Amino acid sequence: MNIFVLLKRTFDTEEKIVISNGSIVEDGAEFIINPYDEYAVEEAIQIRDSQGGEVTVVSVGGEEAEKQLRTALAMGADKAVLINIEDDIENGDQFTTSKILAEFLQGKEADLILAGNVAIDGGSGQVGPRVADLLDIPYITTITNITVDGTSVKIVRDVEGDSETIEAALPLLVTAQQGLNEPRYPSLPGIMKAKKKPLEELELDDLDLDEDDVEAKTKTIEIFLPPKKEAGKVLEGELDVQVKELVSLLHSEAKVI
Amino acid sequence: MEKTNTRTRGASFLFSKVEPDHVFTPEDFTDEHRMIGTTAKQFVEKEVTPHQGQIEKQDFKLIVTLMQKAGDLGLLAHSIPEQYGGLGLDKISKGIVGEMVGQSGGYGVAHSNHTCIATLPITYFGTEEQKAKYLPKLASGEYIGAYCLTEPNAGSDALSAQTTARLNETGTHYVLNGTKLYITNAFFSDTFIVYAKVDGTKFTAFIVEKDFPGLSLGPEEEKMGIKGSSTRSVILEDCQVPAENLLGEVGKGHVIALNVLNLGRFNLGSACMGASKYSLSKALQFTQERKQFGRAISDFPATKQKVVKMAGRIYATESLQYRTASLLEEALGGLYESSDWKEIGKQMSEFATECAICKVYGSETLDFTADETLQLHGGAGFIKDYGVEQIYRDSRINRIFEGTNEINRLLIPTHLFRKAMKGEVDLLSKVQQAIAELQESVKLDNEPLAEERNAVDTIRNLFLLCAGLAFEAHGEGLVHEQETLMGLADLAITLYTAESSVIRTLRSVKRYGEEKSALKINLARVVLEDSLWDAERLSRTLTMALTDGEKQKQLTGLIFRECSQLRSVSLSVDKKRELADLLFKENKFIC
Ligand SMILES: Cc1cc2nc3c(=O)[nH]c(=O)nc-3n(C[C@H](O)[C@H](O)[C@H](O)COP(=O)(O)OP(=O)(O)OC[C@H]3O[C@@H](n4cnc5c(N)ncnc54)[C@H](O)[C@@H]3O)c2cc1C
Ligand SMILES: Cc1cc2nc3c(=O)[nH]c(=O)nc-3n(C[C@H](O)[C@H](O)[C@H](O)COP(=O)(O)OP(=O)(O)OC[C@H]3O[C@@H](n4cnc5c(N)ncnc54)[C@H](O)[C@@H]3O)c2cc1C
Repeated sequence: MNIFVLLKRTFDTEEKIVISNGSIVEDGAEFIINPYDEYAVEEAIQIRDSQGGEVTVVSVGGEEAEKQLRTALAMGADKAVLINIEDDIENGDQFTTSKILAEFLQGKEADLILAGNVAIDGGSGQVGPRVADLLDIPYITTITNITVDGTSVKIVRDVEGDSETIEAALPLLVTAQQGLNEPRYPSLPGIMKAKKKPLEELELDDLDLDEDDVEAKTKTIEIFLPPKKEAGKVLEGELDVQVKELVSLLHSEAKVI
Repeated sequence: MEKTNTRTRGASFLFSKVEPDHVFTPEDFTDEHRMIGTTAKQFVEKEVTPHQGQIEKQDFKLIVTLMQKAGDLGLLAHSIPEQYGGLGLDKISKGIVGEMVGQSGGYGVAHSNHTCIATLPITYFGTEEQKAKYLPKLASGEYIGAYCLTEPNAGSDALSAQTTARLNETGTHYVLNGTKLYITNAFFSDTFIVYAKVDGTKFTAFIVEKDFPGLSLGPEEEKMGIKGSSTRSVILEDCQVPAENLLGEVGKGHVIALNVLNLGRFNLGSACMGASKYSLSKALQFTQERKQFGRAISDFPATKQKVVKMAGRIYATESLQYRTASLLEEALGGLYESSDWKEIGKQMSEFATECAICKVYGSETLDFTADETLQLHGGAGFIKDYGVEQIYRDSRINRIFEGTNEINRLLIPTHLFRKAMKGEVDLLSKVQQAIAELQESVKLDNEPLAEERNAVDTIRNLFLLCAGLAFEAHGEGLVHEQETLMGLADLAITLYTAESSVIRTLRSVKRYGEEKSALKINLARVVLEDSLWDAERLSRTLTMALTDGEKQKQLTGLIFRECSQLRSVSLSVDKKRELADLLFKENKFIC
C-alpha cells in the first residue's frame, strides 16, 4: 500500500505560551509533532506492517520541521518530504496548506492518506477534508479504528462521544481522533536508522505553484490568550439572600443573563 | 565536534587553560542526541514512574519486565558495539540515557548498574567468544548483569579481596570461594562479574553465570533507599567457573575493576543530575501551590534564594557532565572493536580525575537539592505521599558506592602528583607561573565574559599555589596528609565546575549572542560566586596549614586581595530573584 501521512510541527500547548507583539513567541517554546498527527503516523506504520507497502510523511512548513519529520522516520515511516515554504509565504492559512499538499499528492497514487483530526495550534480541522476534496477522493474524519482488507476499509469514527461504523473503499483520506492508538516513541535503533532514511525537500517552484495560487483566504486579526482564571467566590448568608446575590452577579458581573 | 591533533589530556584543566572549542556542551547535541533523550524520558515517565509504588515494594519481577521493555527500545544497548547486537553509540548518548533514568531512583540504579559496570567489563575486556555469547543478551535485557567487587573485609580497599580462584587439576574450571557483599541487581542477575585472586594472590576477573554450581545469594538487604534495585550478598562455595570465563588476564583484574569504575562514576554523575532536575521541578511546583501568610511560599525571597542555588549547581553539573562525556568519547570512541587491553585500560583511566569529580559533585548536588526540596515542602516533605522523602532516601547512597566520595577526593590530587613524579607534567614551573600571575595585575581582553574567565584563571592559580605549597611541605609524604589532599580535591572540583560553566556559557554567547544566553550568563555567575568563596576559603585554610610566619601572612593577604577583586561577577539580589521567577514560570530547570 502507498500510504501518506500529513504532519504538522506545532508548539506544545501543554507548555506555557507567551504572546508578544501580536504573535506567539517561538524562542524557548517546545515544538512537537501535532499529537493528532502522531496517531496518524502510528496507524500508518501499523497498517504498513500488516499490509505491506510504504509510509511517506509530508509536512508543509519551514526548515525546522525537519526535526519532527525525523522523529516520524525514527518511529518507522519510510520516507519524508518537507515542502519548505519559509521563503515564499508569510501568512498562509488552511487553504494554503491544503492546496500545496494536494498539488504534491496529485499523481502520487496514494491508497490511503492519514491526517490529524485537528492541529492543536490552529484547531481548524480543515486541512484533511480540503485535501481530499481537492484530490476528489472520499474522506472520513475523527476515526478511532480502522481495518483495511484489500481495497475495502472498515472504520469506526467518533461522533461527539458516540461511535459510528462506516465501510468505505480505497483510495481514502481519514483524520485521526484521540483513542485511535497509543503512539510509540522511537526506539534508539529507530533513531539511528532514521538518519539514513530519505528526507526530500521541495519548494513551491518544484510543485509548479505560484505564491498567488496559494494566497490565504483568511486574515488573522488578533491573537490573544484566554483570560486568566479568577479566584472563585463563596457566597454567604441565608439561602434566599445568596440566591439573590447570585442572580445579580450573573447579571452584572458575569453578564450571562 | 571536530577532532583536533592537540588532544586534551586527563587532568590538564588543573594546570592549563582549556581551548573553548574543545569543550563540548549540551548546546552541541545532535538531533539524534535529542531524540534519544526524549525517548528515554518518555520511557521513564510512561513506564516507570506510574509504578513507583510497586517498585518501592520491591516487586523485582516488574523491574525485570521494565528492563526488558527498556531493552526493546535500545536503552540497554547504547554502549555495546553493533556487531554484538548493540548500537555502539557515543558516550554523550550514554550520558543522556543515564541522566533520564536517573530520576527513577531504584529502577534507575538497576538500569545503570546493568548497562555500565556490569556490562562494560565484557564490552571492553571480553574475548570474541565471550562478547558473542553475552553481549547480545545483555543488550536486549534477556540477561541482566551484576558487578561483584566489594567483600565484607574489602570495601574501599577493594584490591584486598579475599575471594580465591583455583584452577582445577584438569584445567577445565576455576573453583571460586568467597563472599561478595552488597551486590546490586543480585536477585535477578544472570551474569556476575566476580573478582577473585587466583592462587590467593593474582587479582582476576571472571564471568560467572547464575546457574554455575556453587553460586548462591544471601537474603535481601533491608536498605534506606533505592529499593527497586536488589542488594544481596553473592556467595561462592566451590563455584565452578569454566576456564574460558576468565575475563582479561590472570593478575590483571584491577585493570578491569578500577577502570570500569571510572565510567561508572561518570554515569553516576549523570544519574544524579537527572534526579536533581526532577527534585528541583517538584520544589518549583509545590512552593507555588502551597500558601502561607496569605502568599505562595514561592513568593518569599528565602525560597527564591534556595531555588537559585539549586539551579546553579544543576547548571554546573550539566556543564561538567557533558564536557566529560565528550572527553571520554575522545578517549574511547575508537576502541569498541579493539582488543588491545592495555590501550583500553590506559584510555579508560586517562580522565579518572574528571570522572571522580563527576561522581563527587553530582552526588553532592543531588544530596543538596533533595535536602532543600524536602525542606521547601515543610512537613509534607517528611510524609511519604508527596514523593519527596523517597528522593531524599534514594539520594544518599550515591556518596557511598562506586568509591566513597572520600576515596574519590583522595584520588583527584594524587593522580596529578603521580603525573608530576613521572615527569609527565612540569608542576613546579606551572606553580611558579601561577604565583607570578597572582601577583600581576591582569588586563582583561575584549572577548565576552572576560571577568568570568579571569575568575576561573584565578581559581586555577590558587589551586596551583596550594598544590605547590603542599608538595613543598610534605614531598612524597603528601599521600598521607589527607586533610591537605581533601582541600586540594575540593579546590580542583571548584575549578572544574567553575570552568565548565563559564566556558559553556562563553560558547553559547559566541554562538547565540548575549541576549539569548542571558539565563546561562546569570546561572554561570551564580556558580562562580560560590566557587570564588569556596576557593578563597579553601586556599586560605590550606595556606594557613602549610606555611607560617611572614610567608603565611604574605600569601593569605595575596589570596584575600585577589579574590576580593573578583566579586563583581556575582549576581545582584534583584537579578537572583528574577532568575528564580523565571524558573517558577517554567516549573523546571531551564538554561
Ligand atoms: C546499596 C548498595 C549497593 C552496592 N552495590 C555494589 C555492587 O553492585 N557491587 C559492589 O562491588 N559493591 C557494591 N556496593 C558496595 C559499595 O561499593 C561499598 O559499600 C563502598 O565501596 C564502601 O565500602 P565499605 O562499605 O566497605 O565502607 P568502608 O570502606 O569500610 O568505608 C567506611 C568509611 O571509611 C572511609 N574510608 C575508607 N578508607 C579510607 C581511606 N583510605 N581514607 C580515608 N577514609 C577512608 C570511607 O570513605 C567511609 O566513609 C554497594 C553498597 C550498597 C550500600
Ligand atoms: C512527623 C511530624 C510531626 C509533627 N508533629 C506536630 C505536632 O505534634 N503538633 C503540631 O502542631 N504540628 C506538628 N507537625 C507539623 C509541623 O510543625 C509543621 O510541618 C511545620 O511547622 C512546618 O509547617 P508546614 O508543614 O505547613 O510547612 P510550610 O509552613 O508550608 O513551609 C513550607 C516551606 O516554606 C517555608 N516558609 C514558610 N513560610 C515562610 C516565610 N514566611 N518565609 C520564608 N519561608 C517560609 C518553610 O520554611 C518551609 O521550608 C508535625 C509534622 C511532622 C512532619
